[in-house]
Amino acid sequence: MIQVVEEALAQHGAAATVSRVGCIGLCYAEPLLDVTLPGGPRVFYGNVTPAAAAEIIETHVVGGAPVERLAMGYIPGPDGVDSAGGIPETVASLDSHPLRAVETKIALRNAGNIDPGDIYQYVANGGYHALNRALTEMTPEETVEQVNASGLRGRGGAAFPTGTKWRFLAGSNAPVKYILCNCEEGDPGAFNDKAIVESDPHTLIEGILLAGYATGANAGYIFIRHGHDGPIDRAREALIQAKEIGLVGQDIMGSGFNFELEVALTGDSYVAGEESALMEAIEGSRAMPRFRPPFPAQFGLFGKPTNINNVKTLAYVPQIIANGGDWFASIGHEQSKGTVILCLTGDLKYTGMIEVPLGINLRDVLYEAAGGVPDGKSLKLIQSGGPLGGVLGADHVDVVLDFEVLRSAGAILGSGGIIAADEDTCVVDLTRALIAFCQYESCGKCFPCRMGMSHLLEVLERICRLEGTLEDLALMRKVGENMQAGSLCGHGQLGFNPVSSALRYFGDEFEAHIVGRTCPTGVCLKPKFSPALTRR
Amino acid sequence: MEGLAQRISQAMLGQEQATITILSTLLAVQDELGYLAKEAIELVAGFTDSTINDVWAVASFYPNFRFEPPCLHQVEVCWGASCHLVGAMPLMEAVMEACELESEGDREDGRLSLRFNTCLGACAHAPVIAIDHHLMGRQTPETARERIGGLLR
Ligand SMILES: Cc1cc2nc3c(=O)[nH]c(=O)nc-3n(C[C@H](O)[C@H](O)[C@H](O)COP(=O)(O)O)c2cc1C
Ligand code: SF4
Ligand code: FES
Repeated sequence: MIQVVEEALAQHGAAATVSRVGCIGLCYAEPLLDVTLPGGPRVFYGNVTPAAAAEIIETHVVGGAPVERLAMGYIPGPDGVDSAGGIPETVASLDSHPLRAVETKIALRNAGNIDPGDIYQYVANGGYHALNRALTEMTPEETVEQVNASGLRGRGGAAFPTGTKWRFLAGSNAPVKYILCNCEEGDPGAFNDKAIVESDPHTLIEGILLAGYATGANAGYIFIRHGHDGPIDRAREALIQAKEIGLVGQDIMGSGFNFELEVALTGDSYVAGEESALMEAIEGSRAMPRFRPPFPAQFGLFGKPTNINNVKTLAYVPQIIANGGDWFASIGHEQSKGTVILCLTGDLKYTGMIEVPLGINLRDVLYEAAGGVPDGKSLKLIQSGGPLGGVLGADHVDVVLDFEVLRSAGAILGSGGIIAADEDTCVVDLTRALIAFCQYESCGKCFPCRMGMSHLLEVLERICRLEGTLEDLALMRKVGENMQAGSLCGHGQLGFNPVSSALRYFGDEFEAHIVGRTCPTGVCLKPKFSPALTRR
Repeated sequence: MEGLAQRISQAMLGQEQATITILSTLLAVQDELGYLAKEAIELVAGFTDSTINDVWAVASFYPNFRFEPPCLHQVEVCWGASCHLVGAMPLMEAVMEACELESEGDREDGRLSLRFNTCLGACAHAPVIAIDHHLMGRQTPETARERIGGLLR
């Protein structure tokens, strides 16, 4: 697409700057192209084909008039709304787009607005000012204190208070300590970590540097799965630029603070995202979780004290330091402060990524922001929190987004993936698919998980074949209890969640398969495929 | 074979990051060759000062490693939950049929290999396939059949 645009510009001899920007969240309409004429508004075009791109260049860039038929919205120019002049009336402000109207952008403030390959665009938008402030005006203790006051909790799944975690590491006076940034992001249905790294890598780097300064760590790794070239290339490019201007390395900003940072890759492994398995993978071994204690803050990467945070968690930190912990704590709901970055996928009209304040109603997110279920169908359930999360029946989506509220409803918020499923979905089949994933990804280190996942999958496949018995339900519960009690890491401990939450909201559908010997949606009668084997 | 050993050495030595491990070295070699040749396992063991056992332990854990020379094209289909809900199963069926394969694996003529991926990271465009690492969203059995047919024609 960029090539098409550049060729069309050259053909018309038009003097325009082409910027590659990151994700603005409107994924459903990709590929997106936007045009800003000097001083004017930024006009967005969605679902752009090469032919449409050529027309947009000719009519809008060269001719000066937006292509009304293709435009999906605009963002006002520097002079505010009035500068929308020249925009046809049928083209609305992009901020009135349902997906954007609900947003409060903190971590995603730059995503889609700046060229992630250009560190100066980040700096021009206030970037690295928080780092400068911390290094020149704040002690490490004060930096931890601001994060603590913000109420920030980990966005990688467990929602552990970040300030508390940083204090553990700050409390160790070992000479070598590490900050690890977890961008493994193996959850099907979640892509917000990769999107941040691709769209605004310097927000993350600044967050990591602040974590290093606050905790006295001097080295770190950004951990990404091999094969995701977008985030890998962007992160590496951003690190080179940051090193060139002295923001990463020795004596950062002349403050005497040193921090070395590099990208580490893992092979395909979901469990590599678990904090202790992640350290094994950076050390170059099989990504199998470690026994704890000792905890990472005592004995972590290469045996040194270590702090692990998710990409989103760290991406909030620069704004927290810039605006103060109290500011961040003023957004959100009860013990869930700030915003949450959601990936909305599945049976929704507008799929995409949005950043919304915690405390927003899930129903509003689904029906207003995401436009509800397409094709006049009704919502049956949502699946949230990744494969170790759970499902929530459509009658129960009238809840506020809050870590505790969702947990007590049986579906965790996790890393923000929300997958909507319409009336044609078979819950038993979906549960089978989720457990097939968990079984495939079990690292095999401990038997309650390794055997338990295989056992659950076997039973679910039997129920899908309409050959299950009522004893199978009790059997699954028993296996689930053993997994929860006897597994070494969260994969096995939480691995029964998809089944337990499905039974909680859709027990009758399981019974229809078992007692009625029928699959009400007919999905189970169709062929199923998944990889045959678990990890060798 | 001389050439192979040389390419492996170059890949091992060409790693730019400071932390060099068994895993990072195996990934670098696979990026260069498209697979881990038997020689590679031995050379990586020597390079990282570890045993062949250690290297096999790592290579066998991550399913993205392959041990046969790569096929001409790589086809991947996502079976993650977002894709599953909007048609990954009929899509997988059509892809396997178009690839003339019964499951994951290589075609005997080496024209293409098929892999099931747990999430290709483009879930908002589900269902997703990738051909030679180019992601393609909102696929139907028909569009996928046509694209794969194009690879075999
Ligand atoms: C099986 C498993 C997979 C995980 N995968 C990820 C992941 O991909 N990304 C992530 O940030 N955290 C993941 N976690 C959670 C991490 O162990 C850890 O809690 C998190 O990275 C800490 O960061 P936070 O405090 O900022 O949330 C996973 C946990 C388990 C049990
Ligand atoms: S619970 Fe599962 S994933 Fe975790 S260590 Fe045990 S086998 Fe591995
Ligand atoms: S679930 Fe298919 S691309 Fe993520």
